[in-house]
Amino acid sequence: MAERVLMKGNEAIAEAAIRAGCRHYFGYPITPQTEIAAYMAKKMPKIGGVFLQAESEIASINMVYGAAATGTRVMTSSSSPGISLKSEGLSYIAGSDVPALVVNVQRGGPGLGGIQPSQSDYFQATKGGGHGDYRMIVLAPASVQEMASLTMKGFDLADKYLMTSMILADGTIGQMMEPISFEDAEVNTYEKPWALTGTEGKRKHNIVNSLYLKPDELEKKNFERYERYKIVEENEPMWEEYMMEDAEICVVAFGIASRVAKNAIVAARAEGIKVGLIRPITLWPFPVKPLAAAADKVKSFISVELNMGQMIEDVRLATQCKRPVTLCNRAGGMIPSPEQVLSSIRQAQKGV
Amino acid sequence: MEHKRLTLFAGHYGSGKTNIAVNYALALAEEGKRVCIADLDIVNPYFRTKDSAAVLEKAGVELISPQFANTNVDLPALPAEAYKLITDRSSYAIMDIGGDDRGAYALGRYVPGILEENNYRMIFVANCYRPLTRTPEEAVEVMAEIEAACGLKFTDIVNNSNLGSETTAETVLHSKDFIDKLCALTGLPLFATTAVTQVAAELPRELGEVLPMALQEKYFDLPTQKPSARPLWG
Repeated sequence: MAERVLMKGNEAIAEAAIRAGCRHYFGYPITPQTEIAAYMAKKMPKIGGVFLQAESEIASINMVYGAAATGTRVMTSSSSPGISLKSEGLSYIAGSDVPALVVNVQRGGPGLGGIQPSQSDYFQATKGGGHGDYRMIVLAPASVQEMASLTMKGFDLADKYLMTSMILADGTIGQMMEPISFEDAEVNTYEKPWALTGTEGKRKHNIVNSLYLKPDELEKKNFERYERYKIVEENEPMWEEYMMEDAEICVVAFGIASRVAKNAIVAARAEGIKVGLIRPITLWPFPVKPLAAAADKVKSFISVELNMGQMIEDVRLATQCKRPVTLCNRAGGMIPSPEQVLSSIRQAQKGV
Repeated sequence: MEHKRLTLFAGHYGSGKTNIAVNYALALAEEGKRVCIADLDIVNPYFRTKDSAAVLEKAGVELISPQFANTNVDLPALPAEAYKLITDRSSYAIMDIGGDDRGAYALGRYVPGILEENNYRMIFVANCYRPLTRTPEEAVEVMAEIEAACGLKFTDIVNNSNLGSETTAETVLHSKDFIDKLCALTGLPLFATTAVTQVAAELPRELGEVLPMALQEKYFDLPTQKPSARPLWG
């Protein structure tokens, strides 16, 4: 077994990124993700990498765009308001089809909001945020170990599909500490014939750009991009099922909410209620198949979220509204207690 | 365990300073001493001394916490009452310092008073399972950065080597080499070895004085990770 270390979620992301071959980090500090930058600042100079604290979020995302265009593995990290600032760059990166990794350790919003944990950037991450037709692969870790493994996977998926992978975490997972190990995961390398690496006079120059002078060319690019997205939707959904074998009620929760939900499910099972959990690990592509299958078996769904009800819309779409879906939530940096989730499960059991 | 009037816990962030400070405060209170604990962490947004407010209050330990701790205000302001730890010499005082050199800057302003009284222990909290303090040499580097930032030298070391919920007696035993070398390199004594209560009971004598710790159960502990011991301090 690989050796165990005790890490904060934020540190695990940084170490995993380095192990995945990332040597370029551009960022701007914001609570509650600052340990990522602090770790990078300490480690990158020792391994010949670049840590750069830019003058703003907007500068840092455009540095990511520039580095990504050279085909190197590059990342940035921020928290909710900072991601809003980076959204223009995210759209340009998508429009240029270059790979990057972006981390959002969410805090409560909207506006300046607060510094306590939240999941209220679900819409922003999965439906856009920036302008134009584009998608990002959105990975939602629920443990410090997953902060590491999904970061490594995120780099791979980004290279494979020429997209941005976003790690959508929250303040608690960023700050909490758990023992983890870094498997000797092999780092995949991808041919990048499109990258701006200098022609040395030997080949035609490459262009990385999101501007198209002719609308029909821009349309063609959009269609091509969505063909690629279709493959991602087909191949890459990830999810976990917990006590779903005989479940009559299905809780849907991701990230930190899924940990609270698991405790509530164990308590509900002790009361004889048949309840299980589907935990989306990819929020885009959303795991439609297991939810559609569950809709034919269970009598209702409960979406547990740290927001005003965002993923619940995707749960309704995935289940085609075959069964009622209720919301169990807290917002603004508050977290549902296992007791609150248990009470929602009891209500669902009564058919309320 | 001989106590100084003032005990400061500093170290790498995530090394366990807050848990140890809280448990040490409770141990002193248990001995019938008047105890005051101050949260001087200007770095950490979550998981602070204030999380243990109820337990501390029950034990009669006075808690001084920044006004904005556990709120949405990300403002590293320290409370004026914190000076009481220096000026009121009738209480045992415990200072929980923020992580790394960044956290230790906040300590600087209290240093003249601490040196004047000269009845303190500044303890470095070490955990060899933390990735940036894996070796004694790395730990020494962090210690030097902290000392440079606050202008006060460490006097003692606490071995808090642990792997969270996976910690066993073997985990702690395995850290003996690390901690022996760290003490040798710095010339500082080992003040205590810390471990959660059920692990502490299994530790052999060769690890020296043991401070058993009760940890707070957290809402995000998974069903399989619940501390096997009773929840926090009964």
